[in-house]
Amino acid sequence: MPPVALRHKDVLVIMIDQFILYALLAGLGIAITAGPLGCVVVWRRMAYFGDTLAHAALLGVVLSLALQWLPVIGVVITGLLLTVVLFWLERKQELSTDTLLGILSHSALAIGMIAIVLLQSKLPSLDVMALLFGDILAVTGQELVVLYIGVVLVLLVYARIWRDLVSLSSNEDLARIDGVNVSATRFVFMVLLAVVIAFAIKLVGVLLITAMLIIPAASARLFSHSPQQMILLSVVIAVLAVLGGLAMSLRWDLPTGPAIVLAAAILFAASRSIKSSPA
Amino acid sequence: MTVKAGTMMSDAILSADQLVFSRKGHRILDKVSVQIRASEITTLIGPNGAGKTSLVRILLGLDEPDAGSIHRLDDLRIAYVPQKVSVPQELPMRVRDLLLLSREVEYAQISEVLKELAVAHLEMKAVQQLSGGELQRVLLARALLKQPQLLVLDEPAQGLDVMGQQALYRTIAGIREQHGCAVLMVSHDLHLVMAQTDNVICLNSHVCCTGHPDDVSEHPEYIKLFGSAIDGLAVYSHHHDHEHDMHGNIIESDAAGCTSTQGCTGHHD
Repeated sequence: MPPVALRHKDVLVIMIDQFILYALLAGLGIAITAGPLGCVVVWRRMAYFGDTLAHAALLGVVLSLALQWLPVIGVVITGLLLTVVLFWLERKQELSTDTLLGILSHSALAIGMIAIVLLQSKLPSLDVMALLFGDILAVTGQELVVLYIGVVLVLLVYARIWRDLVSLSSNEDLARIDGVNVSATRFVFMVLLAVVIAFAIKLVGVLLITAMLIIPAASARLFSHSPQQMILLSVVIAVLAVLGGLAMSLRWDLPTGPAIVLAAAILFAASRSIKSSPA
Repeated sequence: MTVKAGTMMSDAILSADQLVFSRKGHRILDKVSVQIRASEITTLIGPNGAGKTSLVRILLGLDEPDAGSIHRLDDLRIAYVPQKVSVPQELPMRVRDLLLLSREVEYAQISEVLKELAVAHLEMKAVQQLSGGELQRVLLARALLKQPQLLVLDEPAQGLDVMGQQALYRTIAGIREQHGCAVLMVSHDLHLVMAQTDNVICLNSHVCCTGHPDDVSEHPEYIKLFGSAIDGLAVYSHHHDHEHDMHGNIIESDAAGCTSTQGCTGHHD
């Protein structure tokens, strides 16, 4: 009977709407934090550090699953461990930070992968592909609530320290003389970065997180004259990347995480060509 | 290190006592004691590698000495213009944004201080596009926004031509007149700063001599380091080389790591 069929169709539409809506909300939450944090990553030339943190985050997530913690807790803990080890190694001064990060980054990834294989029999919920490439369409309502609590906290802390972060990025000595607590600010930023990476694993996966941090920020740089402009513009570009990526993913049935990063890359290419062409 | 604040003998706003500082087994500062007095211009001179920048960084609290103490006036407001400042290209920043980073500053104050230093036209220009002299003035403006009691400048004239240097030193003297702050300036050229300086400290790992510029320029240690004023440019090719017996007292009271006379001579080369 026609009325029943109609009702079925309505239910289907609502269901599709809900899972797209959740993915959209999660993506936007991550975009509005990844943009501002990504700016600092770009200013301080920490892209490789972000990458290393992301690789270590894999181990953090596995750890959290095994111990039944929130993923973000495990990621922050492994991030802190990694930072401590890096600081300790840097003080030895024989090897450059670049080399040390290369060692730590891939060691962390290797340990994470081994941990996955070892724990896979005990944890059937462990999905390697989802961790590596993201699984935003599977985000649940509960995860969304946790995500938005995290987003609000990250933005509140960022709003408190952004001026110190800019000062630090422009010149560390001047920042210190001006009374900026350099090591505390760097530490807080590292924690914020670990938190955002933990959330972004769901969106684009461990392997593509750095892209979400630096591509919107790098695109924003091209049009910005002040740090504030760059922060705001990076949010706009990150949001556009999430919208564009989700749309491409739904339209052509592409994997969502890579599609979002592809959208960001297209936006960067467009920004670059607009900027290069004579006005 | 002990940092004491408060009561101070004489009118020193900042003083260091017996500072020792080593890096990578190299003694950079050896029992250095200095005093900075209120509203005086003090110039720190010495050859390259004499430890001038290290001393300044320790006085500012950016580095910790291995031994010795620093005494600062309570809540001493210090502003600092480092030797080399480069803002990364990745960070979009106009002169105005750089100056806004100092807390509780209003646009009007920024325009005013930029005007005072004759660089008002640079307010909306990107920091990375400034010339050396322009950046130096902008950094001076940034320092003045703190209303400092002590202004510390590390080789402010570096990279400027002679005209530019003289203009800059006049500006610095003018700042002292206007704002009444003490100035500590690092330089390796006494002749240009002489007229604007109240007190000279000649440093070569240890304090060689200190006093009024006229007295210092006639001091045998100074002449040994820099040659006499008449030598002019020979100043820069002249390397310091200690005779063993001249600093016997410094050598024998040294800590481990500099036990032999030979070792000490090596350090000064």
